[in-house]
Amino acid sequence: MQFWVIQTLNSFSLGALLFLLSSGFALIFGLMRVVNLMHGSLFMIGAYVAAVAMHKGTGLAMAAVIAAVTTAVVGGVIERLILRRLAGNAQGQVLATLGLSFIAADFCLIVWGGDPIPIETPAMFQASMKFLGFSFPTYRVVVVAIAVIVGGLLYLLLERTRLGAMIRASVDDMQMARAVGIPASALFTIVFCLGALLAGLGGAIGGPIFSAYPGLDADMLPLALIVVILGGVGSLVGTFVSSFIIGFLYTFGTALLPDLAYVILFLPMVVVIAFRPTGLFGTIKT
Amino acid sequence: MTIDRRQFLQGTTAAGLSASFSGMGFAQGSSEPIRLGLLTVKTGPLASGGIDMERGLMMYMAERGGMLAGRKVEVIVADTGGVPATARTKTQELVERNKVHVLTGPLAAFEALAIDDYIRSQKIPTLSVAAAEDMTQRKQNPWFVRATSTSSQCAHVLADYCYKVLKYKRIIVVADDIAYGHEMNAGFQRVFEDLGGKIIQKIFPPLTAPDYGSFIAQLKTDADAVFLGFAGSNGFRFIRQFNEYGLKGKMAIVGGMTAIDESVLRNMGDEALGIITTCWYSAELGNPINAKFAPKYRKEFGYDPGFYAAATYVNGAVLEAALNAVKGNVANKEAFMAALRKTNTMTARGPVTFDDYGNVVGSVYIRRVERTDGRLVNSVVQTYPNISQFWNYDPKQFLANPVYSRDWPPAKNLL
Repeated sequence: MQFWVIQTLNSFSLGALLFLLSSGFALIFGLMRVVNLMHGSLFMIGAYVAAVAMHKGTGLAMAAVIAAVTTAVVGGVIERLILRRLAGNAQGQVLATLGLSFIAADFCLIVWGGDPIPIETPAMFQASMKFLGFSFPTYRVVVVAIAVIVGGLLYLLLERTRLGAMIRASVDDMQMARAVGIPASALFTIVFCLGALLAGLGGAIGGPIFSAYPGLDADMLPLALIVVILGGVGSLVGTFVSSFIIGFLYTFGTALLPDLAYVILFLPMVVVIAFRPTGLFGTIKT
Repeated sequence: MTIDRRQFLQGTTAAGLSASFSGMGFAQGSSEPIRLGLLTVKTGPLASGGIDMERGLMMYMAERGGMLAGRKVEVIVADTGGVPATARTKTQELVERNKVHVLTGPLAAFEALAIDDYIRSQKIPTLSVAAAEDMTQRKQNPWFVRATSTSSQCAHVLADYCYKVLKYKRIIVVADDIAYGHEMNAGFQRVFEDLGGKIIQKIFPPLTAPDYGSFIAQLKTDADAVFLGFAGSNGFRFIRQFNEYGLKGKMAIVGGMTAIDESVLRNMGDEALGIITTCWYSAELGNPINAKFAPKYRKEFGYDPGFYAAATYVNGAVLEAALNAVKGNVANKEAFMAALRKTNTMTARGPVTFDDYGNVVGSVYIRRVERTDGRLVNSVVQTYPNISQFWNYDPKQFLANPVYSRDWPPAKNLL
């Protein structure tokens, strides 16, 4: 009984973290067709920046804001200076972001060293809470709430604002969107910044669970890829749902069949690519 | 574009090399120096330990004024990135281009395995840091000595301590899903179960598991303790999450030689207090060599030396003893290697000698995390002297068994 209850809660909290991680990745991929292999690095930078901010005495919420703004700026610079020049060259963009991810990894190593830097769980969420009589870390429940709020805000942004309408139009048909006067250039920068912002936010919020450590980027990137491919490119709902699907698959998979942890994680992705290339909710082939 | 980048790379590499050479401050003398290659990791996830390896070795050399056995020693540092293929390339570079006489490192078992046949064929005396069991057991390499320990050497001791002193009867083992974790767990399990204890659960999370929540939720609740066979930062993350799930106090935590290294300890808080681990070293050791080394290292770098800094510092002492024995003559490789294997010297970890297979016989310590002078330390609670890689087993019988692995010895008491 305890096993099922706790693992279910674990699945939700992992799913929430995966959503914070991959929503930005999905946004960029959906609009710009850029597989941003630097996404994990932005997540890691977010975690490190949050750690630094908290060592300087800010709370986690403020640290998360600082981290998100930092990565948004980094994302904006990269989009303007590098990816812009590679427009239409998908291979070039993939390689450029891959290269940047290695540079970012070494940069973090030089600045913050090789040891993991813990990020304190906010004092009010440190105790474990009781759920049906079983102990569970309070902070993980908070993470789920944050993911739901972020998801809701993103939904409102995309569905209820003019900016969102422009993004949706461009995702569906870029040429037509340009023809009717949507400023695609500015839109690309905004979306890339937003995607990077979400990655940094995810890194900061996930920090108390993962800590900031070298290699966090490489641990996170494949997870973002799996979620987005499973959910379908260009679909926020798809990303949200598949985050939780992967959260459940991974949690119960590693618990019940620990030897097959990676098989369970990657098999759904392979199956989706082979048999349903648009993903569960997407309209665009990956 | 390509040319620019290549030039840039050459420029930066050259700058980096000259910086690291000038930093060592060894002037070229008239007689040829002994060239010592250090295989370490300065980039990537394993870099924390690798940087400590360089610092430990450089400190030893600096203390000797860059001279061992009356000869200048030139240290050439190679960064393997923790990648076996790169380790191999760098080893070839060190041997063929830099013409090193002796190697120390590498850090990780899979790197050591990647260079195994090369150092055999080139006959390069190697003072290993990596723990891969079989390199001093069933597939012993005649050019290889290890003054640190095999994966399981310290775990054997901890199992004995857990059963006899702590009186634990039921233990869960958790380790990284790599050969190092498998070997360490297997050694622990074998000794613990031979004494009469029971390993009731084995869990091997992937090395890069982002989150231990789902593994912690599986832990059987009726265990006396959980044994952690982690490396790097994984033990630290596991312990934090273990506490967050409200398990602190419900069962004890004990750890292998890299579960709570000094390098990780400095980033931990009160959650680490009281945890028992085992290792062949502790920064708290009171022997005269370490009583100088540890405070000096702490003063210079701001943290206590741990497994990796001590490993190369100890290797420095072993190298010096062997060089003294052959009067600095490294040209005769066979004689030098024989001297290395006959080493009997005091080091920062205590006395070091080697068994017939090139693996250390030395003290292993049981340590408890305590707070002194405001920082967390691995305080030594018990010393087991003269511990070999075979524990109390007969070497012949030990070697007749398969190498320790995920499934050997088989666990009889899983529930």
